[in-house]
This record gives sequence, C-alpha cells and structure tokens, in this order.
Amino acid sequence: MAPFEPLRVLIVDDEELARRGLRRDLAADPAIEVLAECPDGFEAVRAATELKPDVVLLDIQMPRLDGFEVLELLDPGIAVIFVTAHDDQAVRAFEVNAVDYLLKPVDPERLRHALERARERRRRREPMPVEALSAASRPAGSPLGRILVRDGAQVHVLPVETIDYIEAQDDYIAVHAAGRSHLKQQTIAALEALLDASRFVRIHRSYILNLDRLARIELMAKDTRVVILRDGTRLPLSRSGHARLRAML
Amino acid sequence: MRTVLFVAVGLLLGAIVATFLGLRGGAPWEEAVLLGLPLGFIQAALCLAARFPARAAPLAPGNVMRIAATHLSAAVVSTGGWILAGFALSQLLERFPGNTGAFMRFQQEAPSLAVTGVLIFLLAVTAHYLVIALETAREAEVRVLSARMLAREAELRALRAQVDPHFLFNCLNSIATLTAEDPGGARRMCLQLAGFLRRSLALGQQDHIALGEELALAGEYLAIEAIRFGSRLTFIESVEDGCRDCPVPPLLLQPVVENAVRHGIAQVLEGGTIRIDARRESGGVTVTVDNPRDPERPAGRGTGVGLENVRGRLRALHGERAGVAMTSTQSLVTVRLFIPWAGEAAAVGSGGGGSHGSL
Repeated sequence: MAPFEPLRVLIVDDEELARRGLRRDLAADPAIEVLAECPDGFEAVRAATELKPDVVLLDIQMPRLDGFEVLELLDPGIAVIFVTAHDDQAVRAFEVNAVDYLLKPVDPERLRHALERARERRRRREPMPVEALSAASRPAGSPLGRILVRDGAQVHVLPVETIDYIEAQDDYIAVHAAGRSHLKQQTIAALEALLDASRFVRIHRSYILNLDRLARIELMAKDTRVVILRDGTRLPLSRSGHARLRAML
Repeated sequence: MRTVLFVAVGLLLGAIVATFLGLRGGAPWEEAVLLGLPLGFIQAALCLAARFPARAAPLAPGNVMRIAATHLSAAVVSTGGWILAGFALSQLLERFPGNTGAFMRFQQEAPSLAVTGVLIFLLAVTAHYLVIALETAREAEVRVLSARMLAREAELRALRAQVDPHFLFNCLNSIATLTAEDPGGARRMCLQLAGFLRRSLALGQQDHIALGEELALAGEYLAIEAIRFGSRLTFIESVEDGCRDCPVPPLLLQPVVENAVRHGIAQVLEGGTIRIDARRESGGVTVTVDNPRDPERPAGRGTGVGLENVRGRLRALHGERAGVAMTSTQSLVTVRLFIPWAGEAAAVGSGGGGSHGSL
C-alpha cells in the first residue's frame, strides 16, 4: 500500500522550531505526506476536519486547546501520536488510545516506529472508543471546566458556567448554552460523571440541569413535576430527579 | 505523672517530719505519724506550687537580689502557714484520748521545723529553676533543629526551582532542529544554555546575591526562551538606579519568569511582552514582572506553589515586611515583589561578582 498511498500527516505544535524539526524528519520518507502544520489546537481541529489526515503529531502544551482537548475533538479514525517535553502524561495518553507518546527531543528512529504503528492501525481500520476519550481528556480529580464542541471545522468552547442544561438525544447530547444548542457525540451519563456534582444535577433520564438556572419547581399532576428555568424553559423532572434536586436545595 | 510526684514527695516529707517529731521531740510513734504525714503533704503541695513564682520570675543577671527576696518571702510566708497548720493539727490531736501533750511537744519543735521548712521550700525553688532551664534548653534545641530543617527544605526547593527540566528538554529539542538547518545558531544556543546553567548553579550556592545579578540571570533565561518562541517572546527590562545592589535570595525571580513564559507566552499564540521593572521605594525595592495571558483560562493556574516558594525565601532573608502579590487583568498577569532594604549602607558584597561565582 505504502508507495501508492502515503501516510497523510498533520503536525501540531505551537513552536515553529519544533514543527520545522518534525517536518525535516518526515521529509526523508517518501511514504509520508505532510499535509499541514498547525500552531494551535483550533487550527489543528479545523485542518483535521478539512484535510482528513491519517495521523496527527500532537504537542500537549499549547495555547487555547491542549493536546488532549484536541484529541477529544478529532474524528475517532485519526491516529494520534503525542510529541511533548513532559514525561508525566504518558499513562493518560495511552488511556485515550494514542498510538504513541514521543518525548522531545524527538528520536527520528522512535518517530519512524510510531508512524509504522499508525500505518498498521490504518490498515486495520481500528477506531478509538469515544467514551474513553472524553473521560481521560481532563486531568484526574478536577471537574470539567469547559465543554468542547466541534461544529464542522469549528470548535466551540463552552465554559460550564454558561451552560443552562444538557439534553440527551440518542447517541448525542445537546448542550444548551447562551440561547444556543450544541450537539456533541457523548452519552449523558459519561458527561454527568465529569461535571461538578455540586452544580449540575441529573433531573431526568435525559436531562442535566445547571442549578444556577433553576427558578422553581411546578407540580403538574400527582407525582408529575416540571422544572422552570430562569428564562422560562420547562424541563421534565423525574421522581428520582426530584429527590436528588431536593437533597441539594 | 504530677500526681505520682506529689504523692512521692508528700510521703518523703511526711517521713522526715515524723522522724523529726519522734526522735528529736520524743513524740510517741503514732502521734508523730499522724502529725507528720498531713504536714508532709501540705509541704509537698507548697513545694510544687513554688513552680509558679519560679516561672513568673525568670533568672536573669541584674535582678538576682529581687528574685532572692521574692522567693525568701514566699518561703517565710508559706512555711508560717505550714507551722500554723501544725499547731492546729496538734491541738486537734490532743482532743482525742491518749494524745495529751501533743500540742506542747509540737510547740517545742516548731522553730527548728520552721527553719527546715524554709530550707526545703528554697530547695524546691532551685529544683524548679533547674527543670525550667532544662526545658528551655530542649526547646531551643528543637527550634534550632526545625530552623535547620526549614532551611534545608528551602535549599532543596531552590535547587528544584533552579532549572525546570522541561525547559531543558525543550531547549534540546530546539537545538536538535537547529543542528540540521542552522549549525551556527545551534552552537550559539548551546553556549547560551551552558552559560545560563553554569551561572545559575554558581549563584544558587550563595546565601544572597545582588538584585542586579538576579536580573542578569533572568535576562539570560529569557534570551534562550526567545530562540524557542521566536517572535512570540519580547522582553523589556527597566531598572532604576540604585536597585541593583539590593540583596535577594539567589534564583528568587526564576520561578516568576518561568511562570511568565509557561503560563503566559506559551499560552498565547500571538505572544507578547514580558516586562521586568525594578524601582526604589521608601524602605525597599519593588520588582514587578508582567506577562500576557489567555483571557479564556483562569489566571494564576498552577503558579501557586512557585509563588509560595518565592514568598517564603524572601521572608526568610528579609522578614515579614517582604511581600509577593499577583494581580491579573483580562490580558495581563502581574507579579509584584517588595524587598525591604535600607539602601546602599546595607548592600551586600556580591561575593566576587555573579559570572565568577565559585562553585
């Protein structure tokens, strides 16, 4: 396959010198085509969406979006090789199913080996499990500070305090924030586990509510209640959701 | 522990008083014990209580006479009370059949008992002073040890602050790239890195260095980072006359400028300016370091430990008036250090000059 279908690579690093180094290392190999270099995470997501690379060489410490956040937003079919000066994130990197974790300065031999593994993964068409990704894309122990949503090639950063509520829609969730709704591929249970439990309550099988937005609870019929938000939105409240909500108020 | 001591001393003194009354005063054995034991315990209580005047009047040259007077009068008063208690007890004893003459016999021995009582009380005071001295010595020892431990810890922390290992790895990565495309540049960067490391090791060995040396070191560090970040990093330094001699702990600014790069420049794609200002103020020198920040991320994230370290080391050298504070606006983080300093008169000799500091 190799001579006819080169491995298509995207280089993502905020340091120009580091990008040039990687590009130089890759230039020698005719079976590799460097599609683009990106200086930050937003550019990386945009380029990955438009160019559909096989592999992304991804720095971790970058402005605006770090490497793990970028990985969360990439299509599961894209193989990621982390390239970083920090050796303390390797476990997390393999948890999110990175193909490899290379340390700076980069050993060209190791880089070649990592790309070989990526090529192998492409041959087997092995996608990454989505749930594992979002779970590991945040430092352990701290609740999620912002939700990242990709809309085509564009990335929306939604700080959790701007979120009104989250609604489950089949395999997706709809994040309602500032009057807009953003779709993201994730289950509501997985997201619930990541959010700060003192601010976000699962009020229904299909709804998570930001407590700050709660105006009042209304009784519709016996055992049937709805939650009214400050902006007037009405959301269903299940019996167990009501119990959880009452425990927090 | 104190109860055991009290009972032991009480029994001992009781035995002494009883023996005294029995042998010298010719009291019957039973009477001597019945009088001696309670008196012994009262004396024991008085002796233990002598701790309070001993604590209240610590030994010091100059007030020895006053202390002697205090304890002597305390001894006389308490022993007087003690003898009175003896009279009362012996009178009580006489009401019971078979103890006739107890009061008379006690009266006879009272003067010599009183003298003994005063001596025992003074002995107790001396013992208390001894115990206090021992305790003070041990406390001082503990203080010295913990101070030494704190200093050692600061030393270790300082060593760690000397060079952020990621800085080294990133530098090596830059050099690795440069070797292929710009050998001259790679060589220059190697030399700069070696110079910075050597100087930081040498300065780190000293107790304090001049602020001017510290600023020069920060400048060298930023010059190396400027190669890595290219046009993203600009560095401006402005130092008022008369600041450079102010003594500071070595590598005090290192964590601050490292943060300015790691949490500032590295988080902002378009980069910006790190500005270091040092100016004289009444009673000291103020150094400010400011850097751009990403408005979308919480300010000061991950900088807490570094700043705590800076504050601790600054206070260890300059006392509580030294201060470190961080403020931030939408796009700027500012760290301000206040270093108390009297001025030229108190300037340190810089230990032979920074670049020649001995290892």
